[in-house]
Amino acid sequence: MVFGQAASTQTRALEPISLTIPPGEFVSLIGPSGCGKSTLLRIVGDLIQPTAGVVEVNAKSAHEARLDHDYGMVFQAPVLFDWRTVEANVALPLEVLGVSRSERQARVRAMLDLVDLGGFLQHYPHQLSGGMQQRVAIARALALAPALLLMDEPFGALDEMTRERLNAEVLRIWAQTATTIVFVTHSIPEAVFLSSRVVVMSARPGRVTNVVEIDLPQPRNEQTRESDRYFELVTEVRESLRGRGGQVSSARLRADGAVG
Amino acid sequence: MPPLFVFLAVILVWELATSGTGRRVIPPPSAIMLAGLDNFEVLGRSTQATFFEAIGGLFIGSLAGLLVAFASARWLIARDVLLPIGIAASAIPIIAVAPILNNWFGVLNPLSKMMMAALLVFFPVMINVTRGLVDVQPASLELMRSYAASERVVLQKVRVPNMLPFFFTALKVGTTLAFIGALVGEYFGGTSQVLGRIVLQSMSSGRFDLAWAGILIGSVAAIAAYLVVSLIERVAIPWHHALRSDG
Repeated sequence: MVFGQAASTQTRALEPISLTIPPGEFVSLIGPSGCGKSTLLRIVGDLIQPTAGVVEVNAKSAHEARLDHDYGMVFQAPVLFDWRTVEANVALPLEVLGVSRSERQARVRAMLDLVDLGGFLQHYPHQLSGGMQQRVAIARALALAPALLLMDEPFGALDEMTRERLNAEVLRIWAQTATTIVFVTHSIPEAVFLSSRVVVMSARPGRVTNVVEIDLPQPRNEQTRESDRYFELVTEVRESLRGRGGQVSSARLRADGAVG
Repeated sequence: MPPLFVFLAVILVWELATSGTGRRVIPPPSAIMLAGLDNFEVLGRSTQATFFEAIGGLFIGSLAGLLVAFASARWLIARDVLLPIGIAASAIPIIAVAPILNNWFGVLNPLSKMMMAALLVFFPVMINVTRGLVDVQPASLELMRSYAASERVVLQKVRVPNMLPFFFTALKVGTTLAFIGALVGEYFGGTSQVLGRIVLQSMSSGRFDLAWAGILIGSVAAIAAYLVVSLIERVAIPWHHALRSDG
């Protein structure tokens, strides 16, 4: 994929990539800065157009999927609106879609209960900690019950302990909602802990260098983080990042979301 | 409490420093107060008239500012045309414009003073509202794009709420400017029952106590208007005020 830039220098941001994600999977994209993982995520979410290539979600184009609200997105910053309460923030996508007030209220409450913030409906974002704000962002991303949840380093700005706690939360939510998740991260432990597959990328140009299958049992918890297999997998991912893994390439990217 | 004590102390020192010296440019507070009470009716009516001109100008100026701001946020062409004109207009010294406006709208017509005030209010409102509408966090726009939201929805749900704190800041600044505009307009001519003319005529006839009474009452009126706007702000954007006071 080639991007044209305003200064009319062209930078090849991403090599051709082929990736298929079955419904209900949890896939992490990991790689150094500049490897294009966030770009790839945004291409999947139809927030950036690739210069070439095909993205299919739920057997539709990425563009159609976005218009059909098949995605929920969580960014590194919570991007909550200061002027809305927690409840109103989560209601935002429902409002845009024109859902009725009573349905909205019920759905918002359900989502906030899911992320354990049921008691904070009337709070304003600035009254919450960073971790809590991200949980609100997750609740909002799930409001429309999307087939696919795209998460771009959502816990990057948080401390390690909060991050580990939120990892467990995300896994719980994933199990409860059966959403397909594509998760971009910088953190090897996080990628291994959360995913069924870790896609390792490298930079200049961005490309997939390896895909590591994570065969750790579910449900995953603190014990998982201390198991031998976990350390083996972390090492395997680390070594892939250092360039000792194989090369994966061809021309199409497909990410299939869960049905319904 | 401390500001109140400082204020009272200043009044006391002022009184002691100036009493018993006969009529002066800065009369004792007691003389000012007496002059105020003696001329209560005239001062009351004049304050009302000036207040009316200032608020009228505030209204006209902010309405115009809002309209131009929304136009320039929506259409880039509007912004490129109107912004330079607005900047140029705001650069004209008000002292020069006042006689022109008096001539144009009629010296005795309160509208001429209102337009004076409106001219001063227009620019801060326009520039602040434009900024509030345009300077939205890119991440918020990306979020709305992920919802496939139309421009109208983005305006309604993101840009307008973002703009409100900027608008109220400009409105508060505008309140003070509106009074200045009205008074300056009055200095250059107007009916006799407006604060600007009372102050001017008192000074030219040596009645500084009355002039000061007029000035002080004018200040109180301006402060009162400012407080009312602050109150409206607190009601309209309660979340913003909370942000500021939580530190």
